[in-house]
Amino acid sequence: MSSKNSNNYFISKGVDRFFLIFSDVVSFIGKFFKETFRRPFEWNELVKQSYEVGYKSLALITLTGFITGVVFTKQSRPSLAEFGAQSWLPSLVAIAVIKSLAPLVTAIICAGKVGSGIGAELGSMRVTEQIDAMEVSAVKPFKYLVNTRIGATTAMIPMLMLYTAFVSMMGSYLDIYLHEQTSFTFFIQSAFSKITFLDFASSIIRSIVFGFTIGAVGCYKGYHTTGGTQGVGKAANAAVVTSMFLIFIEEVIILQIINYFR
Amino acid sequence: MAVINKDKQQAVIIRGLYKSFGNNDVLRGVDLDLYGGENLVVLGKSGTGKSVLIKIISGLLKPDSGTVNVLGKEVASLKEKELNELRLKIGFSFQNSALYDSMTVKENLAFPLVRHKTSLSRREVDKAIDTVLDAVGLLDKKKQMPSELSGGQKKRIGIARTLILQPEIMLYDEPTAGLDPITSCEINELINEVKIKYNTSSIIITHDLTCAKITGDRVAMLLDGRFVKEGSFENVFTTEDEQIKSFYDYNFIQ
Repeated sequence: MSSKNSNNYFISKGVDRFFLIFSDVVSFIGKFFKETFRRPFEWNELVKQSYEVGYKSLALITLTGFITGVVFTKQSRPSLAEFGAQSWLPSLVAIAVIKSLAPLVTAIICAGKVGSGIGAELGSMRVTEQIDAMEVSAVKPFKYLVNTRIGATTAMIPMLMLYTAFVSMMGSYLDIYLHEQTSFTFFIQSAFSKITFLDFASSIIRSIVFGFTIGAVGCYKGYHTTGGTQGVGKAANAAVVTSMFLIFIEEVIILQIINYFR
Repeated sequence: MAVINKDKQQAVIIRGLYKSFGNNDVLRGVDLDLYGGENLVVLGKSGTGKSVLIKIISGLLKPDSGTVNVLGKEVASLKEKELNELRLKIGFSFQNSALYDSMTVKENLAFPLVRHKTSLSRREVDKAIDTVLDAVGLLDKKKQMPSELSGGQKKRIGIARTLILQPEIMLYDEPTAGLDPITSCEINELINEVKIKYNTSSIIITHDLTCAKITGDRVAMLLDGRFVKEGSFENVFTTEDEQIKSFYDYNFIQ
């Protein structure tokens, strides 16, 4: 089939395009793993990117996590009060936050903040030929730009998730203390009585996968940007939309797998 | 204008080069020789494949067919490691400078150096940076960000970044594009200084006839994907060929 004749396709234009993109993504991820274990390692850039992903997301994560904890507690109280079961509030919040809300809230915030940033930054570097400049000076741009960013999101997002869980629980405790005057010790004992190691492990595993996804999608979209400044905007947008879409699919799949081991 | 010694070994030999993008045939059978120590100017209208040509030479693009031999090596057949070794001998000055905008001037210059010459001490790296900055006349801009530089200064830093690895071949993509006439003259002089000081062979892609006249030992005219005429500046433009004449007239009016 001639590539010159744009009307000829193996199956159809859409299906051909899907398989081309799929093979491109597989080779992109394959290259990431190949480069990860090759010297030289870009430690300085990895630390810098970890700072960008982790430290610079703290303010937003703190606010969102805290409000999530407060709002969830407030919304759950009336339903539990109907059965006289307000004392279950800490356990309920802990189960919701640690098992589900913290990984998802962290991932979605980072998809928006970090994913779009990576997509826009690499996209801009692509259209201004900065990536080509690295390549012609025999510096591996993939290793320097992609491996460090994916590494940073994969390492930092699980940590941010744990921080989100902590801040959400503090928000929840504040609301419970103001209403029920529960002691902190009772709150913690009650909250963690229903949480198992597998719950923590499940959330950390999901956050690692989400972090990898956000980094990989942002880098892929940015690295393959075409079409000038408009292309940069599209890359940033596509990085967020694709990451969120994949995060929800991964959430369902990983939960199914982990529930199998319960 | 320097006289080219064609007995000198060719730094670049291109034969029968074809490159298309979809249905757009950009290069249609290009033959080219770049001799050691010469500045070769490739002239042509926008979209005739001038930039594509130097991107193929540096291995950024792959040709559809034809051979590209750079410093005795066939670029298309090189493995990644061999290509990177060859690239250390090629300096590429981009049209828009392509400075890393998240780094200072000093970090831009150190970036390729510390990755390729790992044995250098910090003092030696600083010395190498000072040497190339001095060569382009911007020693005082070391701590500035690219966004704080003018267009001409960015071009100079872009050239300095390629010089820091001491290349044997320089590829200039539209070195005077977007610059005022005075800054263009300074860049043209810098290109000539680089040739003498660093003993480079250069391909200069441009559609600026002043740049071609000042910097070119030899000029090659690229039209519709093929070289239609080459020689000294005067030889190329002493012609009855309407296409070449119209190019000259257009530049003259400009």
